Formats: sequence, C-alpha cells, structure tokens
Amino acid sequence: MAFQEQALPLGGIAPDRTGKYRTDHLLVAEMIPAGSKVLDVGCGDGELLQLLESRGIDGRGIEISREGVNRGVARGLAVVQGDADTDLVNYPDDAFDYVILSQTLQATRQPKVVLENLLRIGRRAIVSFPNFGFWKMRLQLLVGGHMPRTENLPATWYDTPNIHFCTIKDFVQLCDEINVKMERAVALDLYGRPVPLTLPWWVWNMFGEQGVFLLSRGGVGK
Amino acid sequence: MTNVTSISSPSIHSEDRAHEADHPTSTVAKFGNDQPLKLDCGIDLAPFQIAYQTYGELNADRSNAILICHALTLDQHVANVHPLTGKAGWWEIMVGPGRPLDTDKYFIVCSNVIGGCMGSTGPASTNPATGKAWGLDFPVITIPDMVRAQAMLLDRLEIKTLLCVIGGSMGGMQVLQWTAAYPERVFSALPVACSTRHSAQNIAFHELGRQAVMADPDWHHGRYFELNTHPHRGLAVARMAGHITYLSDAALHRKFGRRMQDRDLPTFSFDADFQVESYLRYQGSSFVERFDANSYLYLTRAMDYFDIAADHDGVLAQAFRGIKTRFCVVSFTSDWLFPTSESRALVHALNASSARVSFAEIETDRGHDAFLLDVPEFFDIARAFLQSADKARGLDTSKGG
Repeated sequence: MAFQEQALPLGGIAPDRTGKYRTDHLLVAEMIPAGSKVLDVGCGDGELLQLLESRGIDGRGIEISREGVNRGVARGLAVVQGDADTDLVNYPDDAFDYVILSQTLQATRQPKVVLENLLRIGRRAIVSFPNFGFWKMRLQLLVGGHMPRTENLPATWYDTPNIHFCTIKDFVQLCDEINVKMERAVALDLYGRPVPLTLPWWVWNMFGEQGVFLLSRGGVGK
Repeated sequence: MTNVTSISSPSIHSEDRAHEADHPTSTVAKFGNDQPLKLDCGIDLAPFQIAYQTYGELNADRSNAILICHALTLDQHVANVHPLTGKAGWWEIMVGPGRPLDTDKYFIVCSNVIGGCMGSTGPASTNPATGKAWGLDFPVITIPDMVRAQAMLLDRLEIKTLLCVIGGSMGGMQVLQWTAAYPERVFSALPVACSTRHSAQNIAFHELGRQAVMADPDWHHGRYFELNTHPHRGLAVARMAGHITYLSDAALHRKFGRRMQDRDLPTFSFDADFQVESYLRYQGSSFVERFDANSYLYLTRAMDYFDIAADHDGVLAQAFRGIKTRFCVVSFTSDWLFPTSESRALVHALNASSARVSFAEIETDRGHDAFLLDVPEFFDIARAFLQSADKARGLDTSKGG
C-alpha cells in the first residue's frame, strides 16, 4: 500500500531560540520560501500569519470567529471573516502559492472538499491536524472508555467544534484517494518535536501528536 | 376633535443656508470655465466650487494624506464646530490627536460632495447663468461625479496619492469608486457599512423620501428659494423615514421601548404620545435646519444609481482587477440598510481579484449608524489598519515635520 511504501524526507527544523513561536508554526514557516503568496485558512488570531509576514511572506487569512478576525486585523494582518466549508469556492484557481490549513481540518464539515479546494486555490497546500491515532488518544478510549481529551484538544465531546477527527494513516489514505502528492510529512510528538523519520509509519501514527503535511497536486498531466 | 401636531418650523432661516451654499465657512477650491467637471450625465459643469476642511499637516513628501468621504446627510465638518448648528463635528471621536485618524500623524481632508449644500456646487448654489438658485436645473450627479470632483480638489492640493480613503454608507460608496477609478492614487481603502450597489429596498426608501419632499406644497417644483419657502415638512418626513433605516429594532427598543413622552396615559390623539415619535420629529426638524431639500433629492439619486459592477459588464471582480490597494471592509451585525451579506460579496470580489483585503463584521445592536458612534472594536480595527498601511508605505509617523 502507498501508505507504507512512501519515503518522505524530513527536513531539519531550526530550534525556536526565542520560544516565541509554536514548533508546528515554525515548521510550516520553513516550508514556505520568502516572497510567496499564502492563504491561511482558519488562521485564528493570526499568530502564524504574523510569523510568516515577519519572514517576508505575503499572507492572507480566513477565520470563522469574529473575535479571531478582529484580533488579526488589529495586528495589521489581512484577515477575512469566513467559513472554510463555504467560502473557499469563491477563491479563483491558482490565486496563491501556498494554502495553509493549520489545526482546522478536523473542524470542517467536508474535509475532502476542503482539501480539494486548497489544492485548487494554491499550487501547494500545508495541512496540519491533531492525530487521533496518537497513543494517548487510543489509551483514553481503550482504558478510560471515554472520548479522549488532551492539552491541545481540551473540549468535551458535546461542545467540541471538531467533528471529523482522523489519524495520520487516515489522512494519508485520503490524499491517495484524491490523487494528492505528499512532498513532505512530519509528525510532531507530544513536546512538538519531530518524530525521527527513520522510524516506521506505524510509529508516527502512534507517537505523532500531530501531523504536518506539504502537499501538491497529483500526477495527472504533471 | 383630535389634536394634530406637525413638525415645527426651522429656526435657522433659509437665507443662512443659502449663504452657506455659496459662501461657505470652509476653505473653497474654485474651478473656472477652463476646468469643467465632466459629469456622467454628459454635461460639463463649469464653473463650480468644492468646499473642504483639513486637519493636521501634510508632510514633506505629501504621503500622509487621508480623504474622508462623508455620508448622505453629513458634510465636510468632520472635527470642527458646525457653522449652522453649532454642534461638534460628526466624526470627532474618530479624528483628532491620538484618535484612530490621528491628526498628529496624518493630513485629513474632507470635502462637501458635489451636489451638496454646504459650499460645494449643488442645487442650492446660485446658477451663474440666471443669478438664481440652480434648483432642479442642476444636472443629476452620480457617485463617480463626486469622486471626480474630489480628485480635482486633490490635484489642486498637489496630493498625488492618498494613504487612505475612508468613509461609511454613501461615503463608503465613494471609497469603492475611488479604488475602482483611481487605484493607483489609493494606497489603502476603508469602506464601512456600504455596498457596491444600492439595493432595491434602499432605492425604495429613497423614493419614499423624495416623494415626501415633492408632495410638500412649499416645494414648488424645486423653486422654493425664489418664493422664500422651504419644504421643511416633506424633508423632515424624508429624514424620519431615513432615520428609521439607520437604526435597528433592538436599538430603538433599548432607547425608547413603548415609553410615553411626558405623560402616563395615551391622549387618544395623533400627538407624539410615544417617546420614539417625539425623537423622530426632533430628528426631522433639526435636519431641515441644516439641509437643503433639493440636495436631498440629488444625493439620494446618486446613491440609487450606484452600481460598480454595472460599469464592468456586471462582473464585480473586474472593477478591481490587479488592484494593489489594501482594503479593510467593515460591516455591522445589526445594519439592515447595508447588511453584512453585501460586504461579503465585495470581499469575495476583492479576493477573486487577489487584492489584499481584510474584512471584519462588528457585533452591535446599533444598526447602520454604528459607524458614527462610539464602537471601540471598530476604532481598534481602523487604527490598526491605518498603522499597518503607513508602515507598509514606509511613512515616517514620528511627530512633527
């Protein structure tokens, strides 16, 4: 299966010496060359966008919460209030070099459609999401018998905005299904450190607290 | 017999208004027959004049100018005492030292729109051909005409590019027209509570207002100046209807509910029993003191005709193709005159044009008029947007100079 056979390079992430930014944000930032035009879907209060702008990247954001948008605009960022599920259709093809979906995939109603839109609007997409196959999640369900809650996903099952959880394995399969090419894949452990690439996939799926993927359009015609 | 009360007569005499129309308290830029204003209706208007106010100082490289576009019933007196009413400027909470439109940093310009009655040439001005007020002989003007006149004023002031063009409602329409007509002259744009075209419902409300003016026996087909009258009752009714659309049901209810005015029981008459009635009558009669009825007809008409997409084969995104201007679009949740859905359509078009656009919807129950009121969230956004614009432009925002 493609899932086991893919060999994906893991680049080195420069350590965050300032402690100012989240590792997953730094990882995303390092995947994008300066001068690129980027759309951050579900940009929250614009923390990642601000990091990108500080590195000479031309960033735009979409955020569903009014509070998030207003804080982003107050930071001087170009943020638009909108819903990833309904608003991406309004963006033209190839409008951006990169489209980012950071920790938002699990909150969309139609992850597959959203993913397809990301790669229509941008030449490349960077998707990160919490891995539901993470050992702590498995343990809470297996031993505790309750829906898992973690530091990064603290909501209870009845009031969570997250409706479509998946594991790294599930996501890789979805990408395969819709003919999306994975250029880079990184799993980050509980402390935000990359899980060493030398380890097999199932280890990632078990020990990656979240996955970060650099995607491009699949092979047809390219 | 029931009591019948009507709107009180204005205390400011029409001569004062007429004088202000020709010889305004503001600075005036006069354009002679060699510099006509080319109107959309095909007429070259000449001579004409534009009355304007400025605040702050223009910096050495003339890069810190901000143009404020005023709304339908407002004027150029943004941050100074109004010459007719004696009241504070309409946007003093926004404009001044340390305010979002910081006069220590920016040079602020606001002109009375063409067709207005506060010193820019309009139906209340004297027609040089007849020596009488223009009245209905004044050509019908459009939002693009207003913007063209403003551009001529800025040429006169030797301001090539504007750091920002900002305005709400009809002012927001002018902001959008500026970006569509002169994208290279506008570094950033802040259209508030507006739309790229006037909706059928809004046209309907305007028609109601115009018919109220025209039904007033004192209107005399627009020739009331010569007869020394003013259709103040009709204009007040137009203002009352308009004012309702500027508020929201929630805001009206919070302010007045069904409370009675100076009484406990209904009078069983058509007197202003309810506080909301008395408030509207006050709004109507104070408006007629400072505004010209014919100007109201012309400016509402200009808004009705506004449709940016129509000039670009119906495709809104075409109007903004390849635009470099930075946008910040703002709407308010309870605005039913220019609802958020219309701002969203604008944002979609700007996105389709790959413009750099921000869009914030601000939660408030105060309706369309929220852009004129103390809404801190809006001020924070305006301030931050301007700061990021002047930073992007490399403007020296240190004091002095």
